[in-house]
Formats: sequence, C-alpha cells, structure tokens
Amino acid sequence: MTENLNVYAVRMLTQKEYFAPGHRACQGCAEALAIRLVCKALGRNIVIASATGCMEVVSSPIPFTSWRVPWFHVAFENAAAVASGIESGLKVLMRKGRIPNKKIVTIAMAGDGGTADIGLQALSGALERDHDFIYICTDNEAYMNTGIQRSSSTPFGASTTTSPAGKVKMGQITWKKNMPAIAAAHNIPYVATACPSYPIDLVQKVMKAADTKGAAYVHILSVCPTGWRSAPELSIKLGRLAVETGVFPLYEVEKGRYHLSMDFPTLRPIREYFKLQGRFRHLTDDMIQEIEKRIHQEYEELREKAKKGV
Amino acid sequence: MSYRSDHHGKRGGDLIMGKRVGMEVSIAAAEAVKQCNVDVISAYPITPQTHIVEHLSEIVANGEMDAEFFCVESEHSALSVCLGSEATGARSFTCTSSQGLALMSEITYIASALRLPIVMIIANRALSAPISIWNDHSDVMSIRDCGWIQFFAENGQDVYDHVFIAYRLAEKRDVLLPVIINMDGFTLSHVIEPIELIEQEKIDQFLPPYQPLHCLHPDRPVSMGGIALPPIFTETKKAHEVAIWSSMPKILETWKAFGDMTGRYYNPVETYKAEDAETLLVTMGSCGETASVAVDMMREEGRSVGLAKIRLWRPFPFEAFKQATLKAKQLVVIDRAISMGGPGGPVASEVRSALYGEPTHPVVYNFVAGLGGRDVSPEDFIKMVDKAEIEIEEGNREGYEIYGVRE
Repeated sequence: MTENLNVYAVRMLTQKEYFAPGHRACQGCAEALAIRLVCKALGRNIVIASATGCMEVVSSPIPFTSWRVPWFHVAFENAAAVASGIESGLKVLMRKGRIPNKKIVTIAMAGDGGTADIGLQALSGALERDHDFIYICTDNEAYMNTGIQRSSSTPFGASTTTSPAGKVKMGQITWKKNMPAIAAAHNIPYVATACPSYPIDLVQKVMKAADTKGAAYVHILSVCPTGWRSAPELSIKLGRLAVETGVFPLYEVEKGRYHLSMDFPTLRPIREYFKLQGRFRHLTDDMIQEIEKRIHQEYEELREKAKKGV
Repeated sequence: MSYRSDHHGKRGGDLIMGKRVGMEVSIAAAEAVKQCNVDVISAYPITPQTHIVEHLSEIVANGEMDAEFFCVESEHSALSVCLGSEATGARSFTCTSSQGLALMSEITYIASALRLPIVMIIANRALSAPISIWNDHSDVMSIRDCGWIQFFAENGQDVYDHVFIAYRLAEKRDVLLPVIINMDGFTLSHVIEPIELIEQEKIDQFLPPYQPLHCLHPDRPVSMGGIALPPIFTETKKAHEVAIWSSMPKILETWKAFGDMTGRYYNPVETYKAEDAETLLVTMGSCGETASVAVDMMREEGRSVGLAKIRLWRPFPFEAFKQATLKAKQLVVIDRAISMGGPGGPVASEVRSALYGEPTHPVVYNFVAGLGGRDVSPEDFIKMVDKAEIEIEEGNREGYEIYGVRE
C-alpha cells in the first residue's frame, strides 16, 4: 500500500472525494482539508468513529451527510472506545464468517479537546489494548466548536475566550501538552505528526499508519482561521510556518525510534508565524523571545532523539 | 479456581441442561450470555457486577465461547465499545452497577436513540455518597428516562431467562432498542439459586443470529449519529418514544414465545393472591419474593392482602398495572430509591400517574425501604401494611415515608 508518492506527487492521489464538498466548515478550515486528505489516503474500505466537535457538526446535519464512507458519531470523549468496538466487531464477524474477510481500516477521529483533554482516558485505554486502528487527532489548538476556549493543546501565550489576554494575564499560561509523546509512551508501533500544508507527507503517514498492525496515532496540526484570528487564505502558509519555525515539527516514531520528516538546520523566526495570527497579537518582544527559546530547546531535544534513533 | 464454580459443581460446558441446578445467579447470567453466542463483551469491574464478568472471561479463556472479550478502562468506555461493536452488527453485552452506571449514563441515552440493541445487566447497587456497595435501585432510577426497555428480575431464573428474552426482543426489526435487565446486587447476584438451564438447541431456535438493518460496513456506507437542528430534533425524539411504546406488544409476544418453549410465562405485572385483596403490596425486583411470604402470613391471619410485582419498568405497563390493582382499596408501594425533594419514590410516582385518570382508584401509600442493603423482612412488610392501613383509615391519602429509620 505504501508507495513513495514524492515521485508522483499530488497526481498520485485519488480524484475521489470521500469527505464530500458542501459541508459547513468555515472558510480556510485546514481541519476539513486534513480530513479530506486522510480519506483520500485510505480509500473507501474504512469505518470512521468521530468524536463530537467541528468536523462532526459541519458534516452531519440530519438528514444530510458529507461522508461517503461509514461514519459513526457517539459522544465527545469516547472516539477511541467506539473505534475499539468497531474494530473488535468487524474482527469477530469476519472470524465467525458472518461478513466477508477483507481489510477494513478502523479510524478514530477527534480534535485536540477530544484527544488531549476529555478523550485522553479512552485513548490511553485503546492504545494500551493495542487495537488495530488509527487515531487521528486534528489539533486546532483550542475548543473551536464551542467558541475558542483554551484546551491543554493551546500553545503558551495564545489568547482564547477562556485564556484571554488581559491586564495582568497574557493569554494561555501553560505549555502545549505533548500528545504525540504521550501516545508514543504507550509503546504503540506508529506515531506521527502531520500538517495538511504538506499533503503528500500527510497522506504517506496515514497510509503507513494503515499498514501498521496495531494501534497508530497521527497528530495533525489544523490551522483554524476563526480561532486563530488569521486570514482564511493564509491557512496553508501558516501550517508551513508552524513547521519551519519549529513550533510544530513533522516527525515519526516507528517502534519507538524517532525520525524527523523534515529537518531545518536554522529555524525561521517565530515572529513570522505569530504576526499573522490575532491570538498572539498581545505578546511583547520579551515574551516572544521566551517562547522561541523554549521552542528551540524542544526542537533540539527532538533532533537529538532522532539522531540517536531512540 | 474460585469457590463459586465448586458450588455449581461443573464448568459451563458440562452443565446439565433442562434440569434445575444450584448455581450462583451471576454465573447463570454469564452462562446465558454464552448461550446467546454474544460476539463482543466489554466491561469494567465494579461490585456487585464482577462475578458475571469474571465468569465470562473464564468461559472465553477456555475457548467455550468465540467472542471478543476485553476489559476497558472505565464503564463509559465499556458501553461506548458496545455501541461501536453493535453498530457493526456484532451482538454485544456489558454489565455494571451503581457508580459505573452513573459514569456511563451519558452513553445510555445515545445507545437507545441510535437504536442499537445492546443488552446490559445491572446488578443494582446504591449510588454514592456515602459510598455503599449494597443493593437498592437508586442507580437505575438515575437513568430512568434513557429510552431502554427495562426489566426487573425477581429471582435467578428470571435473570437467566431474560438474557435470551432481551436479545430476541432487542434485535427484532420492529423494536431495535437496547434492554436493561435489573437484578438486585448481592440479594440476587451473589446467591445460589436453583436454575433450570435451557438446552442450547432450543436457544438456537429461539434466538437466531442477529441480522442488523443497518451496520457500519464500507459496502453499504451509512452515517450514524448526526447532529439534529431544532427543525428535526423533536421528530427524532417522537420517533424514539413511538418505538418504545410500540415495543409493548413485542415484549408480550416474546414472553409468550419463551413460555411456549419453557413453560415459564412472564407478565408485565405479576400478581399473588391479589384477586380479592383489599390491600395490595406493590414491589419491584427481588423483594417481591419476601413480600409474598408476608402476604401468606397475613392471609393466615385472615387479612385481605395481596401482592402486585412490577416486572416491566419501561415501557411502563399502565394498562396491565391498572387491571391488576384497580379493584383494591389501597396500595402499599415499596420503593428502593428516593426522588429527592420530589414525590417520594419513583415507583409510587408512576403508580399515582397510572391511577390518577380513573374515576375511582385505590389510595396509594408509599414506603421507601431497603436502601443501601438494609434488609426488608416479611415482618417489615407486615409493619408497613399495618401502618399504611391505619394512616389511610385516618384520612392520609398521600402517605410517604422512609421506613425503618433509626432515630
């Protein structure tokens, strides 16, 4: 299944749309783009368990649906548990000969709130049990669906409706939770980060996750113009800047071994990324410097891991 | 090997079918799940539900049953797993108690609204605080309106039988609703009772493999669990309500078919010496058996007392209940839970609603008894009847009290 798509590039992707147009996502929503690419990567033989969130709301107003693949939404915090049930159900029905034997990939999908906060327990349980499924976290760094409230995945300094920049507090005062590291700590065979600004990289990683026997976790940074207070036409650029500034490095953890998908000997100044987003507008030069220091330190740590191959 | 297996003597595979054997009720329940050829079992341990899951895990570990069995990290996930597996068309089972049910309560509402025919046994136990592992009905009353069909078992045979009844009923195309079987924690779950087991061939005839109407499969993609905007939300709720009321005749049909197979016929409301009784005790769950002993004792003294036992809690059998009780002068309704700051106990509340529209009806006196494992003996039932008869005689037509409070 996995081919080196870099050779063929975008034309290798199927023209078929499994996440149909006409959904109600905002202009410039990179999460919708990410989901569209995930579906293209996997084709039609999948079943999706979706958490409550933007992608659920925009795609499924009864009696309409944007899903051309089987799709199931139960609640906010349990996408991983529901996917566990789907995977087990399909497995046992095939084993008992009640449905034909063929490869069907089970996907759980959730945002950063549904993954790093309320869904973390169910996710940890499903990873520990090593169900054969892919967990896709589309991370737009806050509870965008309910109106841009902070999550544990909101970056330091970002202003949200519940971590506002005020006279004495400067937005989010905690550092972004490292979800890929938490997933990797479960010793699952495959963990990756991706961003739809790098579509081929994203598609390859999702295909690799599908080929992995056991649980796979793919964490996708998804630019949200509404929540980030950025121009919709800049979503792709912002995704690239997140990667090039070291804010969101692209890497894989295969059987515990780290591998950087793209390495930048010199990172772009973080200011270039921040200045395009209203959520960082209030930050002072000192604060930006402090954040940049920490981002660079984390990037170096990641590089070290990749160098050592651990 | 635990002592429980020693009591019923033989392991699951060798059990003598068609004969009455002494068996712990939880083990009988697990055996029934095995006989239903359930595909996916997912659970999280909580007292007093544990013996069911322990026995099921043994059955699967010994290869006596081909199922995906796994222990999840919470009850919320236990039921969520069942929603996922049931939606693929796999027959699914879970069981819980008390806090576990409270934790999964969010998902109970979703399971029924998505019309997924899951079967769950609740080993009823008090809700915290203070924490109590013992029996009452406050756990299931917290999800009274979750839209599942809900049975209350009176004894071990009821529990065993209703596992088959529940799956056959739930999976009917014109029902497609999940089913809860309530069995009192410890007083049923942990006692050894004589259980008449049913031959597997009979079960296979009674309960054919599940044929889902819609399921999650790429060959026929469906979307399940979409968002309803105000113009359609009410209609979805109405459809659900119609579905649960429409299940009433199917429940009766299923009981009839089960009775024809086993000779054990069940009814929404069971009566005992009720025909001519002036006073009727009304119970739900295992205390019905104790109450029947109390009825015998009072009958010996020449008192006109009988018993009505509610077996079907949702949909509530209003007609059957009225038929069973309208001729009585007074009803002494025993509740095992409190509706705090409300009309007393939830059963009495339902009973009063059932009778309110009738031109003449019995006076209802409501006792809450047996909370958090407090024993309710035949003598206690007699005392409650004594008290109610005096109070009603004195003109108290809305009696409600918590029985046996130590002051």
